[in-house]
Amino acid sequence: MTTTSLNRSSGTERVSRWVNDHRKWIFAAPAMIFTAILIGFPIGWTIYLSVTDAKGSVRAPADFIGIENYIDVLTDVDRFWPAVMRTGVFTFGALAVELVAGMAIALLLWRPFKAQKWVRVAILLPFVATPVAIAMMWRLIFDPNIGFANRVLSWVGVPPQPWFSEPATTLPTLMFVDIWEFTPMIAIILLAGLTSLSDEPDEAARIDGANAWQRFWYVTLPLLRPVVLVAVLLRSIDALKTFDLLYVVKGQGGGSFHEAETLNIYVYGLSFKYNDFGTASAVLIIFFLMILVVMWLLTFRRKGAKL
Amino acid sequence: MSAQTMTRSADEVAKRRRPGRLKAYNSFRGVMIVAVVLIFLLPLVWMVMASFKTNVDIHDTTKSFIFTPILDNYSHVLGNDSYLNFVWNSFWVAFCATGISLLIGVPAAYSMSRFNMQKSALLVLLARIIPGVSLLVPWYYVFANLGWVGGYGVLIISHMFILIPISVYIMMSFFDSMPLELEEASLVDGLTPIGAFLRILLPLSVPGIATAGILSFIFSWNNFMFALVLSGSNTKTLPVAVFDFVSYASIDWGAIMAAACIMTLPIIVVALFAQKYIVSGLTAGATKG
Repeated sequence: MTTTSLNRSSGTERVSRWVNDHRKWIFAAPAMIFTAILIGFPIGWTIYLSVTDAKGSVRAPADFIGIENYIDVLTDVDRFWPAVMRTGVFTFGALAVELVAGMAIALLLWRPFKAQKWVRVAILLPFVATPVAIAMMWRLIFDPNIGFANRVLSWVGVPPQPWFSEPATTLPTLMFVDIWEFTPMIAIILLAGLTSLSDEPDEAARIDGANAWQRFWYVTLPLLRPVVLVAVLLRSIDALKTFDLLYVVKGQGGGSFHEAETLNIYVYGLSFKYNDFGTASAVLIIFFLMILVVMWLLTFRRKGAKL
Repeated sequence: MSAQTMTRSADEVAKRRRPGRLKAYNSFRGVMIVAVVLIFLLPLVWMVMASFKTNVDIHDTTKSFIFTPILDNYSHVLGNDSYLNFVWNSFWVAFCATGISLLIGVPAAYSMSRFNMQKSALLVLLARIIPGVSLLVPWYYVFANLGWVGGYGVLIISHMFILIPISVYIMMSFFDSMPLELEEASLVDGLTPIGAFLRILLPLSVPGIATAGILSFIFSWNNFMFALVLSGSNTKTLPVAVFDFVSYASIDWGAIMAAACIMTLPIIVVALFAQKYIVSGLTAGATKG
């Protein structure tokens, strides 16, 4: 009797000791297995599809065709390269404005003032609000006939603009919406960074006679660099993959002249409109490599940068 | 506290030097702050106002700000039985995806933070970089063959793809900032490592978990692309339902804006009450320097 109970207790003890000793992996395993399956399988599948002529139905037999899809994609000057251009212009154009404007707003809100908390809540709203709702809201505001934007322009004597309804103005208008939506996010991240800075370097520079601009450029900005880098990384990852805004405003194909067709919209259309899985997969692999290169370029000078 | 006293002393230094200039700067700053708030709030105000206008008033340039509010748009949208169903779908998917992601993500983040598992962390964070479209084709194929497309399960799993990296990312920087001594002290007091995690660390990380949970919920609620492909007519989430609404009611701006407001309202309420958590979630890892 006693031996059995002893055995049992030492058994559970052994189990619990094993669990405790291996908690590092037991804790991490579910997340890692889930992520590995959820990412690993699609990447493998995409690589496989990208060297086949898979088209029409996911069930249709696909033949191995080597790197033909990649050649097709990389020589496609009608859809692929313009989409690459648009992705780059949209992402880095909007990001540049967001950084400068976000920094200006962060500096403006930095030193304490009475309604600071409420101002912070107010500028939080654009980027937490549902993107689909935001996109619809701007479609109404930029409507050429009834939109508020042209009404405001008429008050200051500027002729009405076509905004989303002309290919030439569509991409800049979309970038404007992205800037409106995400400048506050950059501002809030930078503001948190500014608030966590120590005042001493700034004070020292002030005593040395540096003016406000010099103190910002030579003291505050270098100290803030890591925070700026995190903001740029987070924003560029998401901007490269923008989907909701473009799709809600312009639909599949990015409009009748593909004027809003970025790589993400292009791949979505190839996959779910044309069911051209082989080509779509080749584009996806190239797109993914481009994102990795951009991330690497942004981080390679700073060891251990976290995403 | 100390930051404020420092600022005050800095202001005082400036005040002693040029009192007139500081006053001018402060009023300029006030005007600029009001301008910033207007730029970011006015479009949202416009959306809310349009949702209370008749379609005639929306077209009327003289009724930009002064008009007779009506509730017809809301009763039109909410009168549609399935609409409340879509609200429920969005809530249920976001709730489950957030819950499971935290259950999986929090212990993982703890391990990765404590044992410096940089490479494992990178695997999870890779999910942040990969475009979501790349998941859709392969997973659509698998789920379609399993007969799962159109169920809640696929939506929850696909949202977890976004939420687990968020939870891990936020919780890692939260655990990074927790002193190791806490754990060592409880081990000395006779707790097992797992006991220390469950009884000491977990209760202390409630603010971090709240942060990760709130941001995850918002991301899931707002997600459009996955539900666009993977939901069925009964499991449509709000963004997809509202988008469909646009395609067959493309001129009914009043109703569209009402639908957009209903979709955004829960998130705005969350943002008002939990702004502290949202800000700390966004800046997780950013301010450690």
